[in-house]
Amino acid sequence: MKKNLFAFAGKRRNWSIPYILFLGFFVVVPLILIVYYAFTSTTGGLTLGNFTKFWNQPEAMHTFVFSIGVALITTFICLALGYPAAYILSRMESKTAKIMVLLFILPMWVNFLIRTLATVALFDFFRIPLGQGSLYFGMVYNFLPFMIYPIYNSLQKTDKNLIEAAQDLGANPSQVFFKTILPLSVPGISSGIMMVFMPVISTFAIAELLTINNIKLFGTTLQENIYNGMWNYGAALSLIMLLLIGLTSMLNSEGNAKAAEEGGLI
Amino acid sequence: MQGSENIISIEHVSHSFGDKAVLEDINLVVRKGEFVTILGPSGCGKTTLLRIVAGFQKASEGIISIAGTNVTETPPHKRPVNTVFQKYALFPHLNVFQNIAFGLNLKKLDKEVIQKKVKKVLKMVSMTNYEERDVDSLSGGQQQRVAIARAIVNEPEVLLLDEPLAALDLKMRKDMQMEIKAMHKKLGITFVYVTHDQEEALTLSDTIVVMSEGRIQQIGTPTEIYNEPANAFVADFIGESNILNGIMIHDSLVEFAGHQFECVDKGFATNEPVDVVIRPEDIYIFELSDAAQFSGKVTSSIFKGVHYEMMVTSPEGFEFLIQDYHCFNVGETVGLRVKPNDIHVMKKEQLCNTFEGIMVDKTHIRFLGETFECIENNQFEAGSKVQVNIKFDKVILQDNEEDGTISGDVSFILYKGDHYHLTVLTDEDENIFVDTNDIWDDGDRVGITIPPKAIKISPLAN
Repeated sequence: MKKNLFAFAGKRRNWSIPYILFLGFFVVVPLILIVYYAFTSTTGGLTLGNFTKFWNQPEAMHTFVFSIGVALITTFICLALGYPAAYILSRMESKTAKIMVLLFILPMWVNFLIRTLATVALFDFFRIPLGQGSLYFGMVYNFLPFMIYPIYNSLQKTDKNLIEAAQDLGANPSQVFFKTILPLSVPGISSGIMMVFMPVISTFAIAELLTINNIKLFGTTLQENIYNGMWNYGAALSLIMLLLIGLTSMLNSEGNAKAAEEGGLI
Repeated sequence: MQGSENIISIEHVSHSFGDKAVLEDINLVVRKGEFVTILGPSGCGKTTLLRIVAGFQKASEGIISIAGTNVTETPPHKRPVNTVFQKYALFPHLNVFQNIAFGLNLKKLDKEVIQKKVKKVLKMVSMTNYEERDVDSLSGGQQQRVAIARAIVNEPEVLLLDEPLAALDLKMRKDMQMEIKAMHKKLGITFVYVTHDQEEALTLSDTIVVMSEGRIQQIGTPTEIYNEPANAFVADFIGESNILNGIMIHDSLVEFAGHQFECVDKGFATNEPVDVVIRPEDIYIFELSDAAQFSGKVTSSIFKGVHYEMMVTSPEGFEFLIQDYHCFNVGETVGLRVKPNDIHVMKKEQLCNTFEGIMVDKTHIRFLGETFECIENNQFEAGSKVQVNIKFDKVILQDNEEDGTISGDVSFILYKGDHYHLTVLTDEDENIFVDTNDIWDDGDRVGITIPPKAIKISPLAN
């Protein structure tokens, strides 16, 4: 018996069993449940009613579009702030750069709920009204490092020879940037966009806390429905969001494959 | 083809990384249309020199002119040169056509002109029909061709090539050498080629510049460099050679390996110590007869394809490397002969180690950053500056660096027939030369001791 156990544990492929079990119970089964609930009514009959309800409810639809807008704007601001930061970091001496990157990442060590609550307190202290502005601030503040890091990673790995080759072929500094450095960092950019866009679209805590529930995002709608026991409608909304995220991933897939090769984040 | 007009002139260029000097007072003139090779072992500064010409690195000192214009302060994108990089440096986000058209696009040339030029240059490097290919999908040799095409399509006045064939296998390298040579002929522009491969340099170049430790050792045509090496380093680095200590008895007569030989060299002092270089193919080997100038016993014999390579030891204890079409077996006693014309006599760069020192007290002297014991000396007062001379064979090297008074790294080894002549770079960045019978390796870390008796103290010259 003991011998058998050793033989079982000795096979490397058997080591993956706990992970497969975890994956099955907590990823695959819930996904199947979401799909099941989304396509059934409260009584258990097969229906598309949950989707038509979403389609016919202007409020939910509006929140959905608004959420995409917020995610796009947040992603854009993060990119506009993050790229120059990553670029400057990548030009720094590696020792200094490492410390700077650490400083950018450091806030991540604090739970984001605590960070957001602190931000609320800060806004209160300075008597800045909470609203759309504070929402964007909170989003950018929370997700900026996710943009900087992959871009920094890909910029830092850029072969210095390529930059010299461009100079050698007659490119002035701005041409060197736009014709070699920028295109070569595209995998990092796309990885960064994914890392920011995907969580922003589904987040609700930041919106709740930083706008005192005045601005509703799609994540909030979803959470409210589930919370209030509307499982079927909530599942349908989840599925819609999943599809949206899946679509963005697919659009990014080529860039991601390259980013993965070059050690991007996803 | 070659004009007398100079295209590149490098004047008094020195460069250092931190306090490590990599180039020291380089002076070089390249004529228009020439194929110049900068040859040297790794770390000799040859790539740095090329990068300074290309503009990627700014020399700490000196002036670089290209086509009569001082470009010392000119950024690389404004210099009339293009570079073929060692690791190709092709843009991975562009295909073959876009890579080659990169420079032409920057010049805002007409689309059709670009199309035409790229096609022409692709044909030249035999890569027609590869326009749309991803550069990552190409083999090393193909990538190198694209890299060359990308540089020459801009029609630069000077093409700089940084060890372009180093990453290719032997067969491919040989083919590419021929192609590069043909390309040079066809284009008529100046090529400056950096390599550590002496055979490549001999095959390709009009002029070879041999470099070592940041200095130019010799500039000359391949035949000059091969037949009349300027010093023992060049002789050892280019091809194989027997290098021996000799004494110039008088003009046209030199003594080495215990015998006197007629030679063609003149202008040395009577009985001046010299270095003698004989190429392995220049020693005649035959069955012992009256024609022999000296004799020897074959100690090894290896077939090398076309010739045999044999080691022969003379009764006086000197070893000779000999190449001949005829095979002589190990143990055979053979006769040896060298023609006067094939004996190359070179001035010795130094006869003994010379340092500047300071007397600490009567029995101690400080030099090379350390205090050494010496024989009691009453001639000089403590604190006075003196000259220290130490014979090569008196310096003792130790396996453990802790056992030495100072330590250093073996940086160059020369076999002199019956002993090794070592250059050891001390931690104070000074060279100390050592004659020894022990076998050391390049890069060995050694301790250095100098017996008190070996330290000869004299008044400072000048």
